[in-house]
Amino acid sequence: MSGLFKSSIGKKLIMSVTGLCLVLFLLFHMSMNLVAIFSGEAYNKVCEFLGTNWYALAGTAVLAVGFLLHIVYAFILTIQNRRARGNVRYAYSVRPKMVEWASQNMLILGIIVLVGLGLHFSHFWYKMMFAELVGAEHQFGPTDGAAWLQFYFSQPVIVVLYLVWFVAIWFHLTHGFWSAIQTIGWNNLVWMSRIQKISTIFATIICLGFAAVVITFFVKSLCCCAA
Amino acid sequence: MKVTLKVWRQANAKAKGEFVTYKDVETTPDTSFLETLDILNESLVERGEEPITFDHDCREGICGMCSLYINGHPHGPATKATTCQLYMRRFKDGETITVEPWRSAGFPVIKDLMVDRSAYDKIQQAGGYVSFNCGGAPDANALPISKEKADLAMDAATCIGCGACAAACKNGSAMLFVSAKISQFALLPQGRPEAARRARAMVAKMDELGFGNCTNTRACEAECPKGISITNIARMNREFLKAKFKD
Repeated sequence: MSGLFKSSIGKKLIMSVTGLCLVLFLLFHMSMNLVAIFSGEAYNKVCEFLGTNWYALAGTAVLAVGFLLHIVYAFILTIQNRRARGNVRYAYSVRPKMVEWASQNMLILGIIVLVGLGLHFSHFWYKMMFAELVGAEHQFGPTDGAAWLQFYFSQPVIVVLYLVWFVAIWFHLTHGFWSAIQTIGWNNLVWMSRIQKISTIFATIICLGFAAVVITFFVKSLCCCAA
Repeated sequence: MKVTLKVWRQANAKAKGEFVTYKDVETTPDTSFLETLDILNESLVERGEEPITFDHDCREGICGMCSLYINGHPHGPATKATTCQLYMRRFKDGETITVEPWRSAGFPVIKDLMVDRSAYDKIQQAGGYVSFNCGGAPDANALPISKEKADLAMDAATCIGCGACAAACKNGSAMLFVSAKISQFALLPQGRPEAARRARAMVAKMDELGFGNCTNTRACEAECPKGISITNIARMNREFLKAKFKD
């Protein structure tokens, strides 16, 4: 494996593998969140289990390393690509029809995802998992996930910000998922369009799942106010 | 018909270039784009001006020399065609056509619309060949090759190395070209013994020459005059990773 990670394909492999790990995490996170729609109590049980589980903490640490690698290599590759493009840009440029908009804007989409993640961490991770680890006290308990969901998603501005964030994640995933598979080399003429469709369907399921929780709690808050 | 040509003019590799507009260039719908440039050049010579320098050779879509970026597309708006296969009927009477050289750090401008594409030759020389003597032509079917693989190898081998892939790519990546050259050998039994060495050497040379990293936008595939598929890039990645994991 000498020199693998110094090569262009090696660096892309890091992006792909870490990206696929993050995709799997999103699937897990979305499935966990869906529980909150059906039962706040059951959701709190999940929060309780994960908050005090050292395996989950170890998993979070591994995921954080993967996430950092994904971001660092995104910037390294982008800097190299800008250098390779040269200093003079085309005066007249057209995007061919088969080129997805997302594929040409992955870095900016990634930055939006990152900013949204900062907001999400300050809302939930900091007041739940982190609070439990350091014993900090906030408005609600660290394992009372349902109360936190109800608190934040009853605020229209936060709801809109989260929905915009999910749209950015959707665009990032529609390209990122199939692109990772292509980079690893698991693609051919037969699977090309299939993988792209699977990628779009997967991204849509993930983002609709997340959005469903946000919208459900927002609607619940409206109903409570009306009552 | 008459067209206005907005052409990139640059005296030499170090000079600062700029667009020069040539109005009312007389041509016909059945004249090729390169012939229209020839017509313009003749008029420039008659006026005592420096003609426009541009690459061209076979003018039948085989050599890959005609490297022009026309109205936002490498080789112009026609699909699966080189610049020499582009005819003026693709444009409207009175249209302004912007003509630029390939823009990529790997292809520095030599003069006007001509760029140095020797980087592709260097990548090819790094491993795009079979180094042993295959002897005379073998008997038919002595070396069985499936129709599917033969077709894929032939499709990859249609790459003419024109550079449109790197020119179209926002990352200046040459991976479509390199993957086509790796694939045309990797798919055939004659190319397998050196497949690992070839993938290692050609990718290393591509990186050394400063080409960018593919982000799978598919712009290269959309603009390739020979329709080379990016599934070749997946094959190149497989070949390279297999070779590197064995190192």
